[in-house]
Amino acid sequence: MRPLTEDETKVFFEKLSKYIGRNIVHLIDRSDETYYFRLHRDKVYYMSEALMRQAISIGRDQLISLGVCFGKFTKSKKFKLHITALDYLAQYAKYKIWIKPNGENTFLYGNHILKAHLGRITDDTPEHQGVVVYSMSDIPLGFGVTARSTVETRKLQPTDIVAFHQADIGEYLREQDTLF
Amino acid sequence: MDQFVLPDNQLLGKEQVETEDLPVISQRIQDIIEVLNNFKELGDHERGRSAYVEQLIKDMAVYYGYSEYLLEKLFNLFSVSEALEFFEANEVPRPVTIRTNTLRTRRRDLAQALINRGVNLEPIGKWTKVGLTIFDSTVPVGATPEYLAGHYILQSASSFLPVMALAPQENEKILDMASAPGGKSTYIAALMKNTGIIFANDSNKERTKGLVSNIHRLGIKNTVVCNYDGREFPTVLGGFDRVLLDAPCSGTGVISKDPSVKINKTEKDFILLPHLQKELLLSAIDSVDAKSSKGGYIVYSTCSVTVEENEAVVNYALKKRPNVKLVLTGLDFGREGFTNYRGKVFHPSLKLTRRFYPHVHNMDGFFVSKFKKFSNKYELKRKNDDEDHKVSKTKIDK
Repeated sequence: MRPLTEDETKVFFEKLSKYIGRNIVHLIDRSDETYYFRLHRDKVYYMSEALMRQAISIGRDQLISLGVCFGKFTKSKKFKLHITALDYLAQYAKYKIWIKPNGENTFLYGNHILKAHLGRITDDTPEHQGVVVYSMSDIPLGFGVTARSTVETRKLQPTDIVAFHQADIGEYLREQDTLF
Repeated sequence: MDQFVLPDNQLLGKEQVETEDLPVISQRIQDIIEVLNNFKELGDHERGRSAYVEQLIKDMAVYYGYSEYLLEKLFNLFSVSEALEFFEANEVPRPVTIRTNTLRTRRRDLAQALINRGVNLEPIGKWTKVGLTIFDSTVPVGATPEYLAGHYILQSASSFLPVMALAPQENEKILDMASAPGGKSTYIAALMKNTGIIFANDSNKERTKGLVSNIHRLGIKNTVVCNYDGREFPTVLGGFDRVLLDAPCSGTGVISKDPSVKINKTEKDFILLPHLQKELLLSAIDSVDAKSSKGGYIVYSTCSVTVEENEAVVNYALKKRPNVKLVLTGLDFGREGFTNYRGKVFHPSLKLTRRFYPHVHNMDGFFVSKFKKFSNKYELKRKNDDEDHKVSKTKIDK
């Protein structure tokens, strides 16, 4: 477990800001307690100072996970956000999409979001913007990237894609072996 | 009614080879139980009670598909008619139960959401505010959007109990020694409202995957997952406010879930497992800080009903660690633990422990005990023990 290098931080924050923009500050400057991002075996974890201090006693090989995993660095040093970061993304998301009940399952199987399933979308969402996906009852289901801006989605056919799938909570079942 | 006559051994040997006729055996089990319940009048006093019991154990082992060794062990825990109820209950699956994740939702809201999806459910009982029993469902309960969003976890009713007994408080430091797949650890986190620190340990690295998955799905943020042999504590880390040890066990309480236990547990398992359990329990006790302001508690539980893995282990710990005592578990149901069993006498405080049975409580067979550690030191007495040991050893040598 170690702090992120400058380069890693840059790559990581760039990715994160696609979804929560300047709200990243709220993750770093918290009023309740100091929180840190730490790297352990290519994965980035987010934890309170108290948790970090205690976990120092755990050996490198025996430490499996701590706090909340945000994602991991790929071999080519890109950062991939994992579904496990959803809690924080949903809390600070700038742009959101709500999908209708009949679209919940297709999205949870890893499919893109079609116009027919679109319930609501934040006004003025630009094209290719990171968005957090919710059910109509405000349960966060995953996140993705918009295919069109809010204005343009109005002109789309029901079968056209409004947002590309990136991660969904169905991965807790589908990807359990690779994700953790 | 004709009086039942116990078949003699020669006849029986023949029968066993030729036919394994279950209705006949079933009838004989009924008959023998009837005789045993009123042995004075119905029994054959020449051959004695033990002959009947011996035959009964043989028949039950065939009828229910157990090894004779295990069946006898379980049979001895109960009265004759109760034993039959126990074995019958092991043939029937326990109801599917779920635990509401109070970090994400409330039980009422969750119940409503699931009912809307076509799930038929009801609260488990008065003793828990977070459990729901699932009767039937038109959708897979382990894959609904609510499940994936971490609003609940599939968890057997019995495994609520050790956490309730542990009664974790906010801002404490807690160790769950054998935690995969995380039902209990995440319950602890929910009771602590995501404050404090939980160390969720498991010795099996493969099983920690499911544990990490559950922790994230349920939105737990205060947990460190580690992969040690439980016996390495407190060398790794000590000073915990509370420790939960849900020990690896033979699983004689969950036979309805895993029937392979019926045949694959041998005498050796009931020597090796208690040995491991004793070592783990001592480690658990040593990992707790007695000076903790609200804590200083250890909960030892197993999903087994045998005395070797439960009362005997607890009794051993009481002897080896005079700085702990048993306290009430805080569970207002369940049977009292044994204070003596087949000639073995345990510490009288063992009646504070609790046993749960499938045929009585309609949950998996389970054992829960709770210790309070009142001092961090116990050196003096142990030294004496060692000296005694040495003395006796030298005597033998001479």
